[in-house]
Amino acid sequence: MDIKKYIESGILELYVAGLLSEKENQEVHEAILAYPKIKKEVEEIENAIQHLTKASSPGNTQSFSTLKEKLSKSKNVKVIDLKETTKKRNWLTYTGWAASILLAVGLIYTYTQNTELKEQIQLTDTKNNVLEELIKDANESNSKSEELIKIFRDKDIISIALAGQAVSPDSYAKVFWNKKEQTAYIDAAGLPEPPEGKVYQVWSLKLDPLTPTSMGLLSDFASDDNKVFTLANINDSDAFGITLEPEGGSVSPNLEQLYTLGVVKSTS
Amino acid sequence: MANNAALDDLIRDFKQKDIKAFERIYEMYSQNIHGVIYTIVRNEAIAQEVMQDVFMKAWNNAESYSPKKGRLFTWLLNIARNAAIDVTRSKKFNQSKQNLNSSFFVDILGSNDNTEQNIDLKYIKKLMSGLKETCISLLELLYFKGYTQKETSEELGIPLGTVKTNNRKCVSELRSLVLR
Repeated sequence: MDIKKYIESGILELYVAGLLSEKENQEVHEAILAYPKIKKEVEEIENAIQHLTKASSPGNTQSFSTLKEKLSKSKNVKVIDLKETTKKRNWLTYTGWAASILLAVGLIYTYTQNTELKEQIQLTDTKNNVLEELIKDANESNSKSEELIKIFRDKDIISIALAGQAVSPDSYAKVFWNKKEQTAYIDAAGLPEPPEGKVYQVWSLKLDPLTPTSMGLLSDFASDDNKVFTLANINDSDAFGITLEPEGGSVSPNLEQLYTLGVVKSTS
Repeated sequence: MANNAALDDLIRDFKQKDIKAFERIYEMYSQNIHGVIYTIVRNEAIAQEVMQDVFMKAWNNAESYSPKKGRLFTWLLNIARNAAIDVTRSKKFNQSKQNLNSSFFVDILGSNDNTEQNIDLKYIKKLMSGLKETCISLLELLYFKGYTQKETSEELGIPLGTVKTNNRKCVSELRSLVLR
């Protein structure tokens, strides 16, 4: 680099004036760092200009303390501003963290709740199934009952009350007999549960002379809900009796174990 | 003027918002900056006010200054010129209806009545009287008013290419006057 030519070009004067481009400023700055002679030249130019600018001031300038006071005032404002922003940032940061933690806790809680709810749904489903079964059963038993009511309301039905006998005075039973259809419905709800190995046997009786004819057994007595048993009766019965017989039934009734007995009213 | 190593340290401390360094800089340049502003606004009270603003701006933007961008003095000079010109454009300022179109230095030199001018301007008058009239205008435009080379050539009616070399000559003249 021709230092002398560079100096003579007048670029350094423009540099001090602040009239160069950013790139040119950088180049001059590098030249200053590289060549002490250029640096000295710049300083001398600056010094001369400073004489001129200083001389242009008509009086003494205010002391630095005036400026410092101004600065501290604006500084205080700034400091407060900074604090506020810091606080705000902190507040935001804390809120952010808090929100994250809350979210995590919330997710765990939701997951647990979800699992619990799923289990509850499963349980409810099972309960539902049970209830549905019960409803089905109830409906069935209801329809059975309705069927029974229908039967009992039939105009051809004769109702015969069987009273308790010596063996079991509190027992009672009813026979609903449809002569036309040759069917007898035995309502045995008033009979005690038969002991193990025993069974009730229903008899159709002719009174003159006394002739018992077996109509059948009240089998599965304990498990029958409504205790209404349907038996065929082809006989022209005068009376009905129920005795307790050994399992499988007997050919002729054991009259000592006669539980109930009732006579068909002659009016029918 | 502080020696170079000291100035570099000062700038480093100033950029780190060292108030002591800032005070040194203020002491070094406040009069210069005030002078520049005064030639533009031509009102001492306003010039003081603007100068304070300039230094506050410098302090608040200290970290943005870099020696790569130019001399610290030049940086301050630039802030001062812009601030002063801003003020002259303000409504309040224009109400005072000052004639700012004329050259400050030409005005000073033209006035023989020293009672109208501040006594402290005697030195500038002395400096200026040693310079050619073309140099006075050139220096005022380039250093005080911040005119570009192009603007200066148009203002003075000289070829653009001669602004740089003419300025070199004028500054050299000024340097010899200062050294006297």
